[in-house]
Amino acid sequence: MAVLEEEARLFQIRIHGRGGQGVVTAAEMLSVAAFLEGRHAQAFPSFGSERTGAPVVAYCRLDDREIRLREPILEPDAVIIQDPTLLHQVDVFGGLAKGAYIIINTSRSFADLGLADFIRDFPADRLVAVPATEIAMKHVGRPLPNAVLLGAFAAATGLISLESVGKAIREKFPAKVAEANIRAAADAFENVRHPAGATEHAQAD
Amino acid sequence: MLKQIEGSHAVAEAVALCRPEVICAYPISPQTHIVEGLGEMVKAGELSPCEFINVESEFAAMSVAIGASAAGARAYTATASQGLLFMTEAVFNAAGMGLPIVMTVANRAIGAPINIWNDHTDSMSQRDCGWIQLFAETNQEALDLHIQAFRLAEELSLPVMVCMDGFILTHAYERVDMPTQEQVDAFLPPFEPRQVLDPQDPVSMGAMVGPEAFTEVRYLAHVKQMQALDLIPGWAEEFRKAFGRDSGGLMHQYRMEDADTVVVALGSVLGTIKDTVDGLREKGHRIGVLGITCFRPWPTSALRAALERARKVSVVEKAFGVGLGGIVSANVRTSYSGSLDDVFTVIAGLGGRPITRESLARAFTEVEQGTSAPLVFLDLNRAAVDRALARERESRRSGPIAEALLRDVGLVTAQLR
Repeated sequence: MAVLEEEARLFQIRIHGRGGQGVVTAAEMLSVAAFLEGRHAQAFPSFGSERTGAPVVAYCRLDDREIRLREPILEPDAVIIQDPTLLHQVDVFGGLAKGAYIIINTSRSFADLGLADFIRDFPADRLVAVPATEIAMKHVGRPLPNAVLLGAFAAATGLISLESVGKAIREKFPAKVAEANIRAAADAFENVRHPAGATEHAQAD
Repeated sequence: MLKQIEGSHAVAEAVALCRPEVICAYPISPQTHIVEGLGEMVKAGELSPCEFINVESEFAAMSVAIGASAAGARAYTATASQGLLFMTEAVFNAAGMGLPIVMTVANRAIGAPINIWNDHTDSMSQRDCGWIQLFAETNQEALDLHIQAFRLAEELSLPVMVCMDGFILTHAYERVDMPTQEQVDAFLPPFEPRQVLDPQDPVSMGAMVGPEAFTEVRYLAHVKQMQALDLIPGWAEEFRKAFGRDSGGLMHQYRMEDADTVVVALGSVLGTIKDTVDGLREKGHRIGVLGITCFRPWPTSALRAALERARKVSVVEKAFGVGLGGIVSANVRTSYSGSLDDVFTVIAGLGGRPITRESLARAFTEVEQGTSAPLVFLDLNRAAVDRALARERESRRSGPIAEALLRDVGLVTAQLR
C-alpha cells in the first residue's frame, strides 16, 4: 500500500516533437516550473539522433520526494505532442493509460486527427487540442510551440501554475523572447481553461 | 542554495567554486557543456584568476594540465570516450608523476561501432592507470565529488577522475544544493604542491628510471592509493559535517540489513536499482544495494566487511572485459569471502541501452532463485545475435557485423526504449 501511495505522487510526462522545436527545452522548463513550486523534478532528453526535423523525445518526472529512477518514461501520465504529423511516424501513445492527459499542438479536433476510436474511453478534460503553432506565431512570430504547450499543460493538469511556467520561461530565454513566450503560454492557458473566451479574446486582439 | 539545473552546469559551477587556475578544454559529447560553462564563467570574469586554454586535442588537454600542475597551478579538464583514449599516454604520465589534476569523465561508450551514448567502457579502460576513480550516483554527488576530488588529489599528490554518467547525469535537469564560495574555501585549502617547477630550485620531473628503482616508484604509487583508502572515509565525514550531505566516501549501503542478496553497482543506475529493490522488498525479498563510489583504489576490506552476510551477490555493470566478463565483478570476487560461484554478473546499459526496473527485477530474482547464468547481458536480443552467427556460418563474406545488425533490428531514429 505504501508503494501505491508513493507511486501516486509521481507524475510522468513525455514530450514528442521534432529537432528544432525545443522539445528538450520544454522538458527542462517544466522541471524548473515544478522546482519553483517546491517539488522534485527530473528532466532528460531521449538521447536519440539530434537533427533538425528528426523525431525527438524528452521526459519530465515530478514528485514530492527525491526522484531516483533513471529509466525512460514508459508509462506516461501525460504526453505533449508538439507536432501532430508524428502520430503517423512514432508510437507517441506507447504505454499511455486510459485517463492520461494528451496535449496536442493542432488546430483540428482529436476526431479530425483520426483519433476518435483511440480516445473513446478518455475523460474529455484529459484531451487537449491547442493550436500552439498559431499562438506562437501570433505572439512570438516564430512557429515554436514548446512554451505555449506548457501553458496548456498547466491549465489542463493544474499541476503547475501559469506563473511558475512564466518564471521557467524567463530562465531559459532572453528577456524579449521570454516575454513573448509568456504571453503565448498565457493565451494557451486561457484557450484550455475557457475555450470560447479565448477565441473571442483572440478575435478581439 | 537549491537550484534546478543541468548536471553539466552544476559540475561547472562546483569546479569554479574550487578556484582552478588552469582549465584545458577540448569538446567531446557528452562532456562539452561542462567546459563550455566554465569557459563562459572565465570570459565573464566570474572565475578569476584562471587561464582557460582551448587545446587542439585531448592529448594536448592532458599534456597542458600536466604542465600547469607541474608549475604549481590547480588544473582541471574534462573528457569522455574516445577523448579519454586519445589522451591515455598523458593520463598515465599524470599519475606516474603524481600530479594532482582533477578530470571529469562524462562516461560514454567506446567505438567501434561508434556510439555517443552512456556506458562505463571509457573509465574502465583506465582503471589501472594510477588515477583515483570516483563514480557519482546523482548530479548532487557529482558536484560534491568534484569539491572532494581537489582536496583528495592535492593532499595525496595524485590525479583524480570523477566519473559521471554521460547524458543520464550530464544532460539531466535535477535539483542540486550548490554550496557557497565560503563553504568550499573552508573545505579546500589553497594548493600547496609537493613538487613544483621553480627556476630558483630546479627539479627534474618525469625522469627516466631504470630497473634499479622502477619497481619502487611503482610500489609507492600503490602505497599512496592504499593511503587514500584510509583517508577517504574521514574526508567524506568532514564533508558531511561541513555540507550536511553524505556524498563520497568508499561506498554507500542501502537496505543491506538482513539482505541475503546484495546488488553491487556504480553510478547513476543505483537510483533505478534502489527503486527496483524497494519493489522487491515490498514482496518480501531480502535484498539490498551496495553502491561503490571509490572504484580506484578498490576498497577491498570495506567491501569484504559489507558483503560478509551476503549469500549471493549480483553485480550490475556498464562495461565488460571482452573474453572475460564483468570487470567490477572480477574486483568484487577479490573481496568476497563466500563461494565465488555466488557472484553473478549483469552487463547492462551498454551504449545507452535503457536499464529498466522490470528487467533488473527479473535478473535479481533469477539470482535469488539460483536460475541465473553466471554472466547475463540484460535485454540481449538473442534472435538478432543468432542471425548474425548464422550468417557467419553460412557465408565466408558475411560482411560487417554492425551494419547487418542495424538492418536486422530496424534502425529507429526516435526509439522510446
